[in-house]
Amino acid sequence: MSNQQVLNPDALFCNTEKQDMFITGSEAVKEAIKRSNVDMAISYPITPQSESMHLVGDLYAQGYLKDYLRGENELAVMSEVAGASMGGVRVFTATGGPGTLRAFEMFSTWSGARLPIVCAFMTRGLNSPLTIQPDNIEMAHILDTGMIILHAENAQDLYDMLLKAFIVAEKPDVHIPVGVFADGFFVTHTRDRVRIDPESVKLPPYDPYSAPVPVIDMENVPVRLMRDPFVMKSNFISYAAHASWQQEIMAAAMRSRKYLDKYLEGLMDIHNEKAKVMVVASGTAVSQSREAVERAKNEGMDVGLIKIKCLRPFPVEKIKAALENVKTVIIPEFNRVGWLYREIKSVLQKDMEVIGAPRVFGGMTMPAELILDEIRRCQNG
Amino acid sequence: MRNVTNIRMSGLGGQGVVTAAHILGSAATTQGFESTVNPFFGAEKRLAPAESYVRISDKCIYERGEILSPNIIMIFHPHVITMGKCYTMPFFDGLQEKGIILINMDEMIEFKQGEKEQLQQLEAEVYCVSATEIASKVGGTELSTNMAMLGGLLGITGLVDDQNFEKALIERFSGGKFVASATTAALDDAVKGKYNRTAQLIEKNMEVVKAAFKSVRKYKLS
Repeated sequence: MSNQQVLNPDALFCNTEKQDMFITGSEAVKEAIKRSNVDMAISYPITPQSESMHLVGDLYAQGYLKDYLRGENELAVMSEVAGASMGGVRVFTATGGPGTLRAFEMFSTWSGARLPIVCAFMTRGLNSPLTIQPDNIEMAHILDTGMIILHAENAQDLYDMLLKAFIVAEKPDVHIPVGVFADGFFVTHTRDRVRIDPESVKLPPYDPYSAPVPVIDMENVPVRLMRDPFVMKSNFISYAAHASWQQEIMAAAMRSRKYLDKYLEGLMDIHNEKAKVMVVASGTAVSQSREAVERAKNEGMDVGLIKIKCLRPFPVEKIKAALENVKTVIIPEFNRVGWLYREIKSVLQKDMEVIGAPRVFGGMTMPAELILDEIRRCQNG
Repeated sequence: MRNVTNIRMSGLGGQGVVTAAHILGSAATTQGFESTVNPFFGAEKRLAPAESYVRISDKCIYERGEILSPNIIMIFHPHVITMGKCYTMPFFDGLQEKGIILINMDEMIEFKQGEKEQLQQLEAEVYCVSATEIASKVGGTELSTNMAMLGGLLGITGLVDDQNFEKALIERFSGGKFVASATTAALDDAVKGKYNRTAQLIEKNMEVVKAAFKSVRKYKLS
């Protein structure tokens, strides 16, 4: 509560005595927000996210947050979050699946307004047809909203990434929103051992006057910020300003790399980098791949694994370099469209075999055997 | 190589398969094992199929989600078998060779034609325990059926010891740390309402566990 000690981010991330807890991903969200010095949170329930924001509500009841409310729907929540952020407070919310799509207009709006909002997305299938089960197809839609996009493999990642997201988002030379994604159920509802910082520490508060855009206060009332949007002027300067503003948001994402590199210890991890067959995955698919790669190793096959932690900014050069001498790439995904497959394909220059399989969607788990089958096929081929 | 025990618990919504998995996983981590626990269910409602999965290992656990090849299957209600209220058909689909099945039943369940033969081929060990009856008689409430099932499991495998089991039970029911979903919280209140004090709840549940531990019996397949 108020007697938490403020630690600078580097001290909090590296130097505190951490403690093991056996908790779910939803509970890991609560633990992260408890230590994030968040001013305000706004919620709207949707499975598999509901429990996370419920638990954040408990934090408000215990005095960790200054304000907490339940919005009317996801579009309202994301708009209210935008208002809170423009008003200069550190704000948090979470949604997932159909909720993400309902709120969609706001994600580009957040980036466009340079708002350092942190939002957790607990992915679930979209209504094609209706389901509540795990599937991360919504990430295909959100990649190009201008947000920084992180993908957690497990509850530990979710906890770490949320704390770090606030710090990266609020850097004056970044100052754009961060979406922290976790596969619904596989992370949110799975109980696992998570290393947590002491309850007695929290991040430093957000300083709204470090923002690259004016914060709303008594000098800058909302009408002064909104009076002359580019769209109201049909002239060359207006269009050029809009274009350069968009480029500046892209540049801000590029500038976030140095911070993400430091705090996430790289935008991606490589295991067994010399292997000719490489599995590339993000989120829960990484866990399933770890199991498959270990079994392949026991069968005497030489396979590597790349875990992508950050999708925006995408680690283009690192991926190119890592796959330089690889013969075959296998990309397992928890969705129908294969968005990671598209991303990887788009950065590969030379002709190499890229297998977009297995793809599991509609709510089931991805057995390691399916990935192992693909690995065996490459070894035989 | 890692030594992993994969447990699949199939039951009906409201019977406490998620809570049972939570307590078992928590006891296993207290005892120094690695463990992950996760549930699987549809839009939450009473009596609908509900499953949970517990992985217990001496080293790290990677895989997530449903357990497709369990070593141990626990059936919390006969309807899982007789009415197909589970996510796999037959109910023992994926069971590893020499795997263990524990069924909550008072009267003998007749398996479908061919199922007995399949189980024999797998050299499966099938056990039964009157979990609901023990819960009612010893614990004073059917809501302790899940505890009786865990007692039966410990009677067969000794996966975790009594002390760590009790620690997990105390943590689940008396710590302020755990927040359940609304329906689970309502069931928690119902259980707690049966007892004057949480200490009594723990004591009674441990009695249920011990009674089930002793009464688990082998089902003759041949």
